[in-house]
Amino acid sequence: MPTQSDAPQGLSRRHALQGASLVGTALAVLHLSACALPAPNPSDSAMPLAPPDPPPDLPPQLMPVQLVINGQTHALTLDTRTTLLDTLRDHLSLTGTKKGCDHGQCGACTVLIDGRRANACLSLAVMLDGQQITTIEGLAKGAELHPMQQAFLQHDGFQCGYCTPGQICSAVGMLDEASDGMPSHVTADLAATRTRLSDDEIRERMSGNLCRCSAYPNIVAAIKDVVGAKA
Amino acid sequence: MKAFTYERPATPQAAAAAAARPHARFIAGGTNLLDLMKLQIEVPVHLIDITRLDLARTEPTAEGGLRIGAMVRNADLANDPRVRADYAVLSRALLSGASGQLRNRATTGGNLLQRTRCNYFYELSRPCNKRLPGSGCSALGGFNRMNAILGTTEQAEGRACIAVHPSDMAVAMRVLDAKVETVRPDGSARVIPIADFHRLPGTTPHIETALQPGEMITSVTLPAPVRGRHVYRKVRDRASYAFALVSVAAIVDVGGGRIRTARMACGGVAHKPWRLEAAEAALAGAVVSPALAGTAVTASANALLAGARGHGHNDFKIMLTRRTLAAALAEAVGS
Repeated sequence: MPTQSDAPQGLSRRHALQGASLVGTALAVLHLSACALPAPNPSDSAMPLAPPDPPPDLPPQLMPVQLVINGQTHALTLDTRTTLLDTLRDHLSLTGTKKGCDHGQCGACTVLIDGRRANACLSLAVMLDGQQITTIEGLAKGAELHPMQQAFLQHDGFQCGYCTPGQICSAVGMLDEASDGMPSHVTADLAATRTRLSDDEIRERMSGNLCRCSAYPNIVAAIKDVVGAKA
Repeated sequence: MKAFTYERPATPQAAAAAAARPHARFIAGGTNLLDLMKLQIEVPVHLIDITRLDLARTEPTAEGGLRIGAMVRNADLANDPRVRADYAVLSRALLSGASGQLRNRATTGGNLLQRTRCNYFYELSRPCNKRLPGSGCSALGGFNRMNAILGTTEQAEGRACIAVHPSDMAVAMRVLDAKVETVRPDGSARVIPIADFHRLPGTTPHIETALQPGEMITSVTLPAPVRGRHVYRKVRDRASYAFALVSVAAIVDVGGGRIRTARMACGGVAHKPWRLEAAEAALAGAVVSPALAGTAVTASANALLAGARGHGHNDFKIMLTRRTLAAALAEAVGS
């Protein structure tokens, strides 16, 4: 534990952070008690059910998996628990795909599976045996950036950049969906076979990709630029 | 995540037989199951991958309806020209759920089987009768803003549950009177009306559907197209990518200035999509006019919300349901 002599000039950043976390904990406790979160109802514990049969612990289960990533075939042996995201980052050093929430809520891990956008964190590698994966590393053709990458650069569609690979892969997949005539929640006419990607349409279709820096206006502008170039 | 074996059976029958073992689970889109496995709320020992079974097609039925394979992805179902034209309420409901990425993976069968998003089901440090039967319900008296107002069990001697089913798709399927087709571990098939598929919590909130151990959804059938205007209205905390506080699926057929028939089901209010014949009967014959909202709709909402009860944070859902119902019906009759 740091002592006062560690920070003779006053509060160090570490002290400040520790203090903040203590205050946070105290607030959380107060918050919980103020709301009187129930202890399990006494009548609940009076009638316990038989505890469920606990699942047995297995040793790690390894399986051969073949993935075609950015056109290159990789033969791997993976623990069945390995997600596509961890396969890319930890087994193949393809760290362009980012881990944000790891629960399908933020979109930072978006890749294309057989051409369609998906959350790599919610996909098991063993289930994708033989399938084609495209990651942010696979979009450029040599030194020539993908038009979506170029548009994000031109429109400054990011600040910290952590969500950007997911945003770009998602936008690429989203444009293909729109080309296929896929409607969205904000599409007025389900019978319309052509999709016009207005700002509202782009925002709705990109809602699975969060940007904590809130670069959204520039992300929409970048995507519109690519849409305009394609139209 | 706990270690598990992984297999990919060749037929639905083999998959059902494999899943009849203790601690076995089917996996399809994985968008909910893997999330729960990472938190060790679901701890399967055997995963049965059904994604490569021949269940990804949507075909016409002899009755003039559609048979949707269990593996049809939510995005593909929403985009199917037949669904867009004849079952718009289903297309709309699907498009209002999750994100583009998740809809590309999530499946028809899996969507029906998704677990509740009740905060306490996810919070391992708190009791939850759905996660650990008999441990108690932390949502009663806790943070229950998203929880149920209808069909709950509150005084059930340690089995209380006020969770809601989070699906939008299921609400549209309920209003369409869809049927769930399954195969059982002994190879036999059966058909379960969607009304009977999801259960109220009763005293066994951990048992959420009518499925038996190992029983697998193979398809969902829709009847011949239901005449009328199809509407799906969803109210949530942000404009996109959020679960419903309240949603209403409605199909209203108007003729001669009157409502001929109306069908409505509500999401976000109960452990299953909530639909009541009495609420629909209250609308039949109603004159379509600006006063509609003041009379027949009120009677209908009264019937639908009979017995509704808030639990503190979610008291607002009762009034919100009335208003969402009124808005959905106004949209459906074109006023």
